Amino acid sequence: MKEFAYSRANGVREALVMVAEQENGRFLGGGTNLVDLMKRGVEAPDLLVDVRSLPLAGVREDDDGDVVIGATTTNSDAAAHPEVRRRYPALSQAVLAGASGQLRNVATVAGNLLQRTRCAFFADLSTACNKRVPGSGCAALAGVHHNHAILGTSPSCVATNPSDMAVSLMLFDAVVHYETLDGEGEIPLSRFYRPVGDTPHVETALPAGALITSVRLPRATAGERSRYRKVRERASYAFATVSVAADLEVRAGRVHEVRIALGGVASHPWRARIAEEELRGGPAVPERFRAAAEAELAAARALPHNGYKVTLARNLIQSVLTEIAG
Amino acid sequence: MTDATRGAISLQVNGAEHRIDVDNRRTLLDALREDTGHTGPKKGCDFGQCGACTILVDGRRVVSCLTLAVAAQGSEITTVEGLAEKDELRPVQEAFVRLDGLQCGFCTPGQLCSAVGVLAEHAAGWPSAVTADVSPDCPHPPLDADEVRERMSGNLCRCGAYPSIVRAVLDAADERAEVAR
Repeated sequence: MKEFAYSRANGVREALVMVAEQENGRFLGGGTNLVDLMKRGVEAPDLLVDVRSLPLAGVREDDDGDVVIGATTTNSDAAAHPEVRRRYPALSQAVLAGASGQLRNVATVAGNLLQRTRCAFFADLSTACNKRVPGSGCAALAGVHHNHAILGTSPSCVATNPSDMAVSLMLFDAVVHYETLDGEGEIPLSRFYRPVGDTPHVETALPAGALITSVRLPRATAGERSRYRKVRERASYAFATVSVAADLEVRAGRVHEVRIALGGVASHPWRARIAEEELRGGPAVPERFRAAAEAELAAARALPHNGYKVTLARNLIQSVLTEIAG
Repeated sequence: MTDATRGAISLQVNGAEHRIDVDNRRTLLDALREDTGHTGPKKGCDFGQCGACTILVDGRRVVSCLTLAVAAQGSEITTVEGLAEKDELRPVQEAFVRLDGLQCGFCTPGQLCSAVGVLAEHAAGWPSAVTADVSPDCPHPPLDADEVRERMSGNLCRCGAYPSIVRAVLDAADERAEVAR
C-alpha cells in the first residue's frame, strides 16, 4: 500500500476543502471497498478524509413525505429502519442481501453507491484492465467471465456493479444529493452511473470533489409489496449472478404500474424500462411477464460463458412479478 | 510525505487505553495483534472475506482487517479477550465449549465476536436476508437455524464446524430469551 495522509473532517465544507487542496485526495466512509482496493494496490490515494464524524448519518422523513437517508448512514441502519422496511421493503431486502453483517455495519450508503464496478481482473495488477489502466485492454473478454455483464457492455469493459442496494434505489427513482465548494446539487440515480463506452474508468456523473450528502426516496414510488430477489453461486455472502427488484400494482387484472430493476447484468443497476413499457395496461399474467422480460433482454450481448444470465434474468423477472401479482 | 503519513493514536481496547505510534496504513487488526498485544483477532484472508478478525467496535461487529487503526480512534473496541466478565464466560462462549463449536479454533475468536453481534442485532429487531417479511409491523421471528446461518455467513470455518456453531448460537439465543422472560 502506498503511504497516505489521514484527516478527520468535522464539517462538510471542511471535508470538501481538504479534498480540493490535495491532489488525489479521497473521502473515507466505512472503507470496505476503498481500503480493500488500496491493499491490493488498485487504489492509491495520497489523502483520506474521514467523513464519518460529519452530521450525515440517519434516516428521516422530509416535509414532502420523502424518506431521506443520510450519506454516512450504515447499510445496517438503513436496512433496519422502520420506514424503509415499511414503505420500501425491496430496499431493505437488497441491502440485507449484500455483503456480510460485519461489512454492512460499517459500509455507508454513499460508499455503497460509489463502490467500484469491478471484476477479478480489475483487482489483479498482473492483468490487462481498461478500468484500472485506460487503454490496456480487457482480460475478461477471453478469460473467466461467467459472472460478467450482458447489458450495456462495450468491448472496453464487461464488469458488473455488485451493489444490491443500488438496484433497489434504481427501482424507487432515488435521487442522490451532493455538495461541492460551489454549492449543493442533485442527480437522479438513473443518471448517476455513466454508460461504459470507452471510458470504463469514469463510473459516475458526480462532479469532481463532490461529497454525497444524502439519498432521497420519493414518497410517490413507495411500494410495500416491492420485492428484491437475488440469485448467486452460494446461499449467502456472494455477489449476484442476477438480481431483480420489482414492484407491481394490478387493478382489475391489468398492470396499472410496474417497476423493474436488474442487478448483476450491467456496469450499473439496470432499469428495465422496455419491459415496464410492454407491461403497462396489459394483462397481469405470467406469459406477459415473460414476454416483457424477453423484450428487455433482446439487447443482451452474451460472452461465451455468461449466456445463462439471459435465461436467468428472464425467468427471475417472470417469477418475481408473478409472486407480487399473487 | 513523512510526518503526515503516521502519528500517535490512542485505542480503547477492552476498557484499557493504549497509546501507540502507527503508520496510517496500519490496519486495526495489525495494530491489535502487533502493537497492543491482542492476538485474539486472527488474520485469515486479510481482505474482509473470512471474518476471522471480527471484533466489536462500539458494540457492533466489524472486520478489523478493513478498518484503519487511525480511523478507530475514539471508539470502544472489544476483542474476544474482552468478551468474558473476568473468569465468567458469556453464554455464547460457554455454548461453543459445551457443544464443540470448533475444531482447530482459528476462526473461533471471530465467530464468537460475530455471534455476540448477531444476538444483539436480532434482539434489536433487525431483519435478515432470510426473514420472510421485513415489515416492522410483522412480529419479529425468533432466531432459527436458517436465520443463524444467514446472519453468521461472514464467518468462514475451514474445519466445517458449522452445525455445532449454529447449535451454539441458538443455545445462547435460547438462554437469552429465558433470561428476558
